Amino acid sequence: MAFTKRILLATTVAIAFAGYANAADLTVGFSQIGSESGWRAAETSVSKIEAEKRGINLKIADAQQKQENQIKAIRGFVAQGVDAIFIAPVVATGWDTVLTEAKEAKIPVILLDRTIETASDDLYLTAVTSDTVHEGKVAGEWLVKTVAGKDCKVVELQGTVGSSPAINRKKGFEEGIASASNIKITRSQTGDFTRSKGKEVMEGFLKAENGGKDICALYAHNDDMAVGAIQAIKEAGLKPGKDILVVSIDAVPDIFKAMSEGEANATVELTPNMAGPAFDALKAFKDDGKAPPKWIQTESKLYTQADDPKKVYEEKKGLGY
Amino acid sequence: MTEHPSLLAVEGICKSFIGFKALDSVDFAVRPGEIHALLGENGAGKSTLIKVLTGVHQPDSGVIKIDGQPVSVRDTQHAQNLGIGTVYQEVNLLPDMSVADNLFIGRQPMRFGFVNRKLMEKSARELLTQYDLHLDVSSDLSRYSVAVQQLVAIARAVDMSGRVLILDEPTASLDRHETEILFAILRKLRSRGLGIVFITHFLDQVYEICDRVTVLRNGKLAGSALTTELPKIELVSLMLGRTLAVATHNTRRDRPAPEIRQFSFKGLGRSRSIAPFDLDIGEGEVVGMAGLLGSGRTETAKVLFGIDAADTGQIHIDGDPVLIRTPQDAVACGFGLCPEDRKSDGIIGDLSVRENICLALQAHRGWFNRLSTHEQTVLADKFVKAFDIRTTDIEKPVKFLSGGNQQKVILARWLATNPRLLILDEPTRGIDVGAHAEIIALIHQLCDDGMALLVISSEIDEIVAYSSRVVVLRDRAHRGEISGDDIVPANIMRMIAAEPERASA
Amino acid sequence: MSGPRVTALTKAMPQLLTLVLILFLNYLAFPGFFDIRLQDGRLFGSLIDVLNRGAPVIILAVGMTAVIASRGVDLSVGAVMAVSGAIAATMTVAGYPLPIVILATLGVGLLCGLWNGILVAYFDLQPIVATLILMVAGRGIAQLITEGSIVTFNEPGLIFFGTGSFAGVPMPILIALLLLIVAIAVVRRTALGLLIESIGINRSASNYAGLNSKLLLLVIYAFCGFCAALAGIIIAADIRGADANNAGLWLELDAILAVVVGGTSLFGGRFSILMSALGAVIIQAMNTGILLSGFPPEYNLILKALVIIVILLAQSFSSAGGWAFVKAEFGTKGRKSQ
Repeated sequence: MAFTKRILLATTVAIAFAGYANAADLTVGFSQIGSESGWRAAETSVSKIEAEKRGINLKIADAQQKQENQIKAIRGFVAQGVDAIFIAPVVATGWDTVLTEAKEAKIPVILLDRTIETASDDLYLTAVTSDTVHEGKVAGEWLVKTVAGKDCKVVELQGTVGSSPAINRKKGFEEGIASASNIKITRSQTGDFTRSKGKEVMEGFLKAENGGKDICALYAHNDDMAVGAIQAIKEAGLKPGKDILVVSIDAVPDIFKAMSEGEANATVELTPNMAGPAFDALKAFKDDGKAPPKWIQTESKLYTQADDPKKVYEEKKGLGY
Repeated sequence: MTEHPSLLAVEGICKSFIGFKALDSVDFAVRPGEIHALLGENGAGKSTLIKVLTGVHQPDSGVIKIDGQPVSVRDTQHAQNLGIGTVYQEVNLLPDMSVADNLFIGRQPMRFGFVNRKLMEKSARELLTQYDLHLDVSSDLSRYSVAVQQLVAIARAVDMSGRVLILDEPTASLDRHETEILFAILRKLRSRGLGIVFITHFLDQVYEICDRVTVLRNGKLAGSALTTELPKIELVSLMLGRTLAVATHNTRRDRPAPEIRQFSFKGLGRSRSIAPFDLDIGEGEVVGMAGLLGSGRTETAKVLFGIDAADTGQIHIDGDPVLIRTPQDAVACGFGLCPEDRKSDGIIGDLSVRENICLALQAHRGWFNRLSTHEQTVLADKFVKAFDIRTTDIEKPVKFLSGGNQQKVILARWLATNPRLLILDEPTRGIDVGAHAEIIALIHQLCDDGMALLVISSEIDEIVAYSSRVVVLRDRAHRGEISGDDIVPANIMRMIAAEPERASA
Repeated sequence: MSGPRVTALTKAMPQLLTLVLILFLNYLAFPGFFDIRLQDGRLFGSLIDVLNRGAPVIILAVGMTAVIASRGVDLSVGAVMAVSGAIAATMTVAGYPLPIVILATLGVGLLCGLWNGILVAYFDLQPIVATLILMVAGRGIAQLITEGSIVTFNEPGLIFFGTGSFAGVPMPILIALLLLIVAIAVVRRTALGLLIESIGINRSASNYAGLNSKLLLLVIYAFCGFCAALAGIIIAADIRGADANNAGLWLELDAILAVVVGGTSLFGGRFSILMSALGAVIIQAMNTGILLSGFPPEYNLILKALVIIVILLAQSFSSAGGWAFVKAEFGTKGRKSQ
């Protein structure tokens, strides 16, 4: 009897404390897609870190790639009366009803990483995403600057055929090198965003281009394909990073390792920190009532061998990539 | 009753399938207000006749008459329009639809282009009331028992056709009480002037409800008579194709019974399959197993051979207890089994004659103790020669051989294992006359060589000819044993026909 | 003795002709296709790539042939590859010695196969349904093991399985070759070949003949799982990492296709492991050719589908006695004209 009482008492106290702590800070509900890739896992852990920095109470719901789970989670957040809701939407459509419910409850919604199609823009406060076309452009511009007017044949490892990052990163890169007539894409194939396909396709490129001697640079739509291709280049007896320049996108830890070993040259970051800018916009909105722009574009930061890749690798390694 | 003109009659119907005469000038007539039993063993031609009557098959020759007028039945729909309704053994209904839907599907009352459910359910209730069935017609059919589903199917068939009702083994899955209900309804329909064709394996039911019996055998009409004028024993002889007058010589009879019976089965049985039975077989004797289809013959073989493990009883071989749970156990005990259904349980169609012959021996020797190709060839050649298996060469896929030759291949498969006890389930069914005689001769020879044989057959003559003893089965139980001079067809048939009560008493 | 061999060669004719045709087309698309040189003590060339990249599918096809011959199918091999890759990588990263890692990984593959076998043989589930369970769950299990990320390793011993070579021949080719030889020897030197065909053609009759078909099915599926684990080790070693999301993705379909192209019927029965391996090589030669051709990637799948249709039509033409017909026609005409 006495024992039960003690437990009851302890629980009550704990609840009281928790309630007190919550009342002081912002509480944000985050409906995350799931953990289908290393980048997604990093996004989740960076969000936690960013929330902690600002003293925000972040509740994360993992939707396991299902929209109905996301809608359920959002309704749950509305019911709990959170201060704001972040959504990384799994699909582009079908959000109007649940977002209207959030709006009626006067809870601002911020989209992370992907945008959606809605009847009205008013249903969400802002969307924080990267610009995938811009990423490709940054990579292209880096190559133009690096080869500095010399003739350069580029082979391209595309992402999954028809996916929007593949289309946009191809488009952006072509824009980036448009001004330089010395740079030409001679071969372009899909590597399905995977390491093994990247390696297999690169093996083919190397054979087809005079054992790789004709290739000046490799542009891969993501780092994973580049990591696979680097192995293929090495097995062909060439030095990646020197004989063939390697530039890719995403900035996952393994590419920094390759850069620190001189085997990759540059990567453009698709930052996993979508939540940071979102928190800042939310704070400004809550404190001053200042509405942010409808689209907050994250920085597409370029990393090269000069940026101490070893240190970045160590930093990124712990993020769950 | 005979003065009545026939409601439905067929005269001189013939129907052949590739190389096989299923119906050979069969006459059959149903009169109004009678229940007419259609009997025969498997392959006798019952189902072909029904399919001709219902327009599934077109006869090669012969006429179908309705009310004395010749008709040609184009298809099942046409048969229904002509007044012939059929209820098959596996009820042809939709369990996930309502009772009313099932009664009226394809002919639902419509209103404004939609099904008028109210009217349909009202009609359904009225229809079922005629059968004293008070069901919730809007609930799924699957909620009701098989018996009720059967009655719904009958109600539908009678409502649609209304003159002749064909019932294919309607009582096969019903218990005693349900059968009573069904019979009450059949009597009611009979009094309304319907002609009912009743197909069954239960002879008692024939005498309980049927007015007239027609028996088919091997595609021919074996006989037709009023039930009251046909003693059961004669009915059995019609079905099995024997007349009591002809005696058959039994070559085994003179041989002394073996002093010890090496194979002893005590109280072996399996629920819902075969009632516990005792059976002893000695080396150098042939035990015949007689009984109608479904009497438990094949079930006995399956239990003995471990295909369906027995759930009661003990087995002793040479006095030592053994356990047979699988065919591997049985083979290890020196058993062999040539199954009844050659195509699905016997041959491995795409494998060669050589491989089929070696299969059981190879399975027994184990996965890693392979018979070399040379050994296989020698073995196969030996049996092909010994049994005169007609094949161009031993590498020919066995599916291209005739039925008799396939049967010899399976016999060879088991003899290759040197079995001590060989079980043959209908070894002569569906094979040509020449192969038939050869297989009978082989049975004699194997017995002389000291093998123990258990032979199941529907051919009473055959059983009488080679058996040292005969076990008779009825209603999934062993009912008695005949030996010595008592092995004559009349005795066997009497035991098959006997009332269950009398036999057990 | 020469009789059966000639018929085997005649039977393999459509597949051999297809392979020759595809290799020739590859040569047209890329004249250096047949060039082979030594690079760092390792054979290097497009033809080597075909075999090297084809090795995982060849290995899968060996196991899949046995399964399909028993009138089954194993949809889970791709997922089992992901699971085994994940286990090999995480154990290596955790510092276990190589022999333990390899044994544990192959053991897990065997267990996955046993699971499938139990469902098929003892619970009588349809193989397509039974193996679908692991196909879906397996990838999830692999993701749990790797925690959603690519687990990278640098253990030279494990990497050797993917990119090492012996006497100039890349390891994946050697492993596939070794497996082929062992599997063919076991199947044809023991009674297993006959017994597998027997249960594939008619399982009920095989039971009546005293065959323990349940145990045999169990062994067949376990072996298929073992092959999948072997393939999983190779592809993980090849990229020095376990990619739970993508490792072996859709490879079950390539393996099934290889078996079908090799001439084993999906309805079970007669089978040839060597022909399935040939089927796998045909598929990979086609893939490599497409990569070399320089067509835009949007055409990859259409090209692949076209080639497969041609192969399968040629095969059904051949098995329907088409070649004999052509031979007879041309034969008589030829004689007449002389």
